[in-house]
Amino acid sequence: MSFFGSKFNPFQTSKRKIPDGLFSKCPKCSQTIYNKEIDANLKICPKCEYHFTLGAWERINLMIDKGTFVEMDKSLISADPLNFQGPKTYPQKLSEDQEATGLNEAVICGLGNIMSIPVSFGVTDSRFIMGSMGSVVGEKLTRCIERGIEKKIPVVIVSGSGGGARMYEGCFSLMQMAKTSGALSRLSEAGMPFISILTNPTMGGVLASFASLGDIIIAEPDALIGFAGPRVIAQTVRQELPEGFQKSEYLLKHGNIDRVTNRRNLTQEVFQILQVLYQENRKEVGIEN
Amino acid sequence: MEPLDFEKPLMEIEKNIVQLKEKALNEKIDFSETIAVLEKEVIEKKKQLYRNLSPDQRLKIARHPNRPNTLDYISFIFKDFIELHGDRVFGDDNAIIAGLATVGGHGVVVIGQQKGKDTKEKLFRNFGMAHPEGYRKALRIMQMASRFQVPIISFIDTPGAFPGISAEERGQASAIAVNLREMMSLKTPVICYVIGEGGSGGALGIAVGDKIVMLEHAYYSVISPEGCAAILWKTATKTPEAAQALKMTATDLHAFGIVDEILEEPLGGAHRNPQEMAQTIKLSIIQTIEEFSRLGGEALIRHRQEKFRQIGVYQTQALSQPSVSQTEMEIGPSPAFNKPVE
Ligand SMILES: [Zn+2]
Repeated sequence: MSFFGSKFNPFQTSKRKIPDGLFSKCPKCSQTIYNKEIDANLKICPKCEYHFTLGAWERINLMIDKGTFVEMDKSLISADPLNFQGPKTYPQKLSEDQEATGLNEAVICGLGNIMSIPVSFGVTDSRFIMGSMGSVVGEKLTRCIERGIEKKIPVVIVSGSGGGARMYEGCFSLMQMAKTSGALSRLSEAGMPFISILTNPTMGGVLASFASLGDIIIAEPDALIGFAGPRVIAQTVRQELPEGFQKSEYLLKHGNIDRVTNRRNLTQEVFQILQVLYQENRKEVGIEN
Repeated sequence: MEPLDFEKPLMEIEKNIVQLKEKALNEKIDFSETIAVLEKEVIEKKKQLYRNLSPDQRLKIARHPNRPNTLDYISFIFKDFIELHGDRVFGDDNAIIAGLATVGGHGVVVIGQQKGKDTKEKLFRNFGMAHPEGYRKALRIMQMASRFQVPIISFIDTPGAFPGISAEERGQASAIAVNLREMMSLKTPVICYVIGEGGSGGALGIAVGDKIVMLEHAYYSVISPEGCAAILWKTATKTPEAAQALKMTATDLHAFGIVDEILEEPLGGAHRNPQEMAQTIKLSIIQTIEEFSRLGGEALIRHRQEKFRQIGVYQTQALSQPSVSQTEMEIGPSPAFNKPVE
């Protein structure tokens, strides 16, 4: 895969510990590595295979055939329905994260091809208010799923959300869980597959709704995936959490996900899955290519 | 019953009235006029007080140890309750009750979280915090109700789904998610009552219905105000501010169109008169069953889907504003790779 050329600098906009921008410290093996080296390696640590977080556009570049992606609903932006009075106001938080990420919300949705198979694609960016789901994320993902129904194409959503349902929009956020899940019920009825890809981290209300409803659920290695945060759990049960708890491999062992797949093989694997679930399906319902 | 902090001033007046009555009786003096004035004053003040509670004060009523719970309402409202147990896979979760019953001549399925009142029952019920098997039991029985066209009544009262090791291992998130999806396609009326605590996804997991009703002092929130205070303010002492900011009261949620109806509670809260509260809920249940039973299965599903589909508030950025694609081009590594295709 050659999408990540030498000019690729995925760390350009992310907050880094090492200020000169040349090196990063791997959170897993603690080695200091050239950013260029990480970037050239799909942002996988060359020493220990740790998967660094990808931004939404990086994910699109990784998975969607070059030149085929058409972004949809990008004009949707958050309102402040609660007039949220916190230490920071919601508009303040939004503009901070808009500035930091260059995104206007925590999700990008659109149409594109995965190795020539057309899909309705969505990806959340965990850097934007922790990838949390408010009205805009819920609405854009719902439309993303509905495009799968309308166009009779599979839906692929990549989740990265440490935040779950977004606090700043209160119950409006909570209800997006039901809204996205309801759309997936209709997608299922329409006979179109949904592939859910879980990346580090996928938590809370995002995992407890659309992200858990994939016909196939694939996680990237070593990703934190759970309903409740590990700290909350440790405080509640007052015991030490098991080794590897809430990591991809742990979920695989407990039967919660279909596969753990290295980023290098992800696109190919999704393609293979869609070839079986979608191409066959198209023959059945008699839709010509 | 221990008064809550904000109830104490009124309790003082009530105590005075009792003393005055005793004195009148013992000393054979006629205080009836004074007493009548005081009693009237107390009722007026109470109405004032409970109408203007802060979200934090309502929270205390919603979590009051004597607040009637699912089993109380089951015994007050329904006849011939037959409890049903287990998810047929792993176990029986005592934090969620499910069963068959009748009300006003209708056969129904009742689902509800049960928090427990004394320490022993709280432990037995895991404080109303369900494990995945609880959500799966609820779904199994709701799907049965759908097959036989039996209306479903759901009582929501949980601080949240259980945050524990085994709950995660058995797929807490998945259990809730599957309920959200599958409740959307139940071919029978689903009527939800938030009777106390509507704690986040754990509450929503049995609350995807055709009509969402909230008791006056109940709350329904995306996160507990304690959790919100800890995350945003970094201190639990800001819980009252968080409770305010989250807009989690029945009044707020009704104004947002998320909750369809508010049921008024007896003065001072449901715990002051559980039977009266139950009677109010019972009337609402019978009326709502009759209202929704007229719709067929497919119409119910369409209505339920549409109801949740339209929830959300957002704006559409005007096209004349600074081009979004320009911003997008700046974020990534190389513009060539990141430019969205128009
Ligand atoms: Zn490493």
